Amino acid sequence: MSEEKLHISSYRSHLFVLAGLLLLTAASVAVTNLEMGPLNTLVAMLIAGTKAAIVLTWFMHLKFDNKLYAIFTTLVFVIFLLVLYVTFFDYSYR
Amino acid sequence: MSETTTSKHVSFLQYKGKYKGILGWILSTDHKRVGLLYLYTMLVFFSIAAILGLLMKIQLIAPGYTIMGPQTYNSMFTVHGIIMIFVIVVPGLPAVFGNFFLPLMIGAKDVAFPRLNLASWWLYVIGILVVLSSQFVGGWPDTGWTFYAPYSFRTPANVLPALFGAFIMGFSSILTGINFVVTIHRMRAPGMTWFKMPLFPWTLYATAWIQILATPVIGITLLLTVMERVLGVGVFDPTLGGDPILYQHLFWIYSHPAVYIMILPGMGAISEILPVFSRKRIYGYKAIVLSSLAIAFVGYFVWGHHMFTSGMSGRALYAFSFLTFLVAIPSAIKVFNWVATMHKGSLNLQTPFYWATSFIFVFMIGGLTGLVLGSLATNVHVHDTHFVVAHFHFIVFGGTGYAFMAALHYWFPKMFGRMYDASWANIGWATFFAGFLTLYLPMFALGLQGMPRRYYDYLPEFHTGNIISSLGAILMIAGALIIITNLVRSSRHGKKVTDKNPWGGKTLEWQTDTPPTLENWEEIPTITDSPYEYK
Ligand code: HEM
Ligand SMILES: [Cu+2]
Repeated sequence: MSEEKLHISSYRSHLFVLAGLLLLTAASVAVTNLEMGPLNTLVAMLIAGTKAAIVLTWFMHLKFDNKLYAIFTTLVFVIFLLVLYVTFFDYSYR
Repeated sequence: MSETTTSKHVSFLQYKGKYKGILGWILSTDHKRVGLLYLYTMLVFFSIAAILGLLMKIQLIAPGYTIMGPQTYNSMFTVHGIIMIFVIVVPGLPAVFGNFFLPLMIGAKDVAFPRLNLASWWLYVIGILVVLSSQFVGGWPDTGWTFYAPYSFRTPANVLPALFGAFIMGFSSILTGINFVVTIHRMRAPGMTWFKMPLFPWTLYATAWIQILATPVIGITLLLTVMERVLGVGVFDPTLGGDPILYQHLFWIYSHPAVYIMILPGMGAISEILPVFSRKRIYGYKAIVLSSLAIAFVGYFVWGHHMFTSGMSGRALYAFSFLTFLVAIPSAIKVFNWVATMHKGSLNLQTPFYWATSFIFVFMIGGLTGLVLGSLATNVHVHDTHFVVAHFHFIVFGGTGYAFMAALHYWFPKMFGRMYDASWANIGWATFFAGFLTLYLPMFALGLQGMPRRYYDYLPEFHTGNIISSLGAILMIAGALIIITNLVRSSRHGKKVTDKNPWGGKTLEWQTDTPPTLENWEEIPTITDSPYEYK
């Protein structure tokens, strides 16, 4: 492959990633104090999902790499989300 | 250059590398040798598991104690199931024919990561040994291959090695999947666009994605079960606030897609064989490709049809039943494509063709009974009866198994540079086919009558069906012996084949030497035509 370019992340972007992850971790601890019933799971998953997205996009360089990788990673997550969605057809209506 | 002596032009069977003898095989990273390693390993363990199956059928030839008691029977169906599923049909066609023929069919010299490929085989063997070690450290497990909670952490029998072994084999499967995805993306010969790729690689591609995405789920599930057993963490254990149905969800989130890991490559092999023996272009190439991808995708969302009677919510029942019916559509599309391919072709009635057509026959019986199981009202009556046993043997053994035999008889001359005895191969096929139907058809009736699965004993009214079925098992094993003897003998003493293309196939693997040389190609071919261009 020819047009593979090296991308070196700055310390700044690493620090932003770190800060984002720490903040979101604090948030997921904080929401455990709220009583939202089944929504608790949803919120926790959303926060965790955001964290994963941050790591994948900046720390693991999906943003700067060949688009193909981003597309496939997204597809995988879509399937994963659908699997969760279908699972909760059981849990939320029991 | 004087090229006659360079080792690259020697057949892969003769080639001598760094190591000699058996080490030259078990340490070889050549995709063709790795493929054969899987084949030999499977032959050994298939024979073991088949003997267990035969013993179970002998036990069932009459009610009551015939040759074994309940505990022995329970461990027999458990080990039979674990070996047949995790060691034979899940790796099955990808590990043997995928390894051997994927690079040949797309015009590559090897898979993308040859060492990883060898490592996969090693993990696979280690996994098998760990499973079987249970025999020596406390006796075989008795949970069934499904390891359902809470029994799997309550039983005094030894399930830990089986769980660990299956976990290790899962890694082998994931690594093979990654290897194939990268190989197909990066190593197709120049000119081979996606829609000029033959169908077997296409199905390997769809399968590889299932291997990568679904297998980690079973890995986690098996580990959680280990933790539950050893530490009592309470994820699945109802007495500790866990949910045993969660176990079933997780197990089938892997294991239903896994049934498509088993069948898709088989469908791919059949799609290779039928055009060659009908001398006709495959009917609806794109429909087959897209239905393979559709099966792989929709197949992720139907797992709940194994749990209709487990106590899921009513809405989940409807959703899963609907999705199950949806996935039957792409499967049916393929059957129409195959039949249309044969239509008005000039049929060449040889052993691979017999296996391929009988595949369609048994696969349809399996698929249509799947619909009986997939609809809620009928499922309640036949769940956990012999009807289910018959369904999945028709699909897994009849589908994947027949496709495996079709592929083996089709590619055999290319793999070994020798030909098997055709009349013995046909006699073996006929015996096996007759035995297969006699063995499994009565099980549908028995299941409808209400005979449950996984019991060593039964009520007297089920006697007739069981006698027929057990006699069928003996006939089928006789057929299998004929087939295996013929193939094993012919791989060493069969008539030599040097013709590159004994069947007149159009795909790339038939342009290499027979047997292929170490690096497959002197020059990587350039592709201009679509595969299957028969005039
Ligand atoms: C054509 C579409 C198919 C449909 C609609 C279908 C439907 C079903 C259903 C509803 C069950 C659960 C029955 C029960 O336990 O009550 C089942 C069991 C099973 N099916 Fe299928 N199936 C299909 C194809 C396949 C294929 C392609 C395979 C494998 C290659 C397969 C392998 C199995 C296995 C292994 C089981 C039993 C697992 C166990 O309980 O031990 N099926 N099928
Ligand atoms: Cu299923």
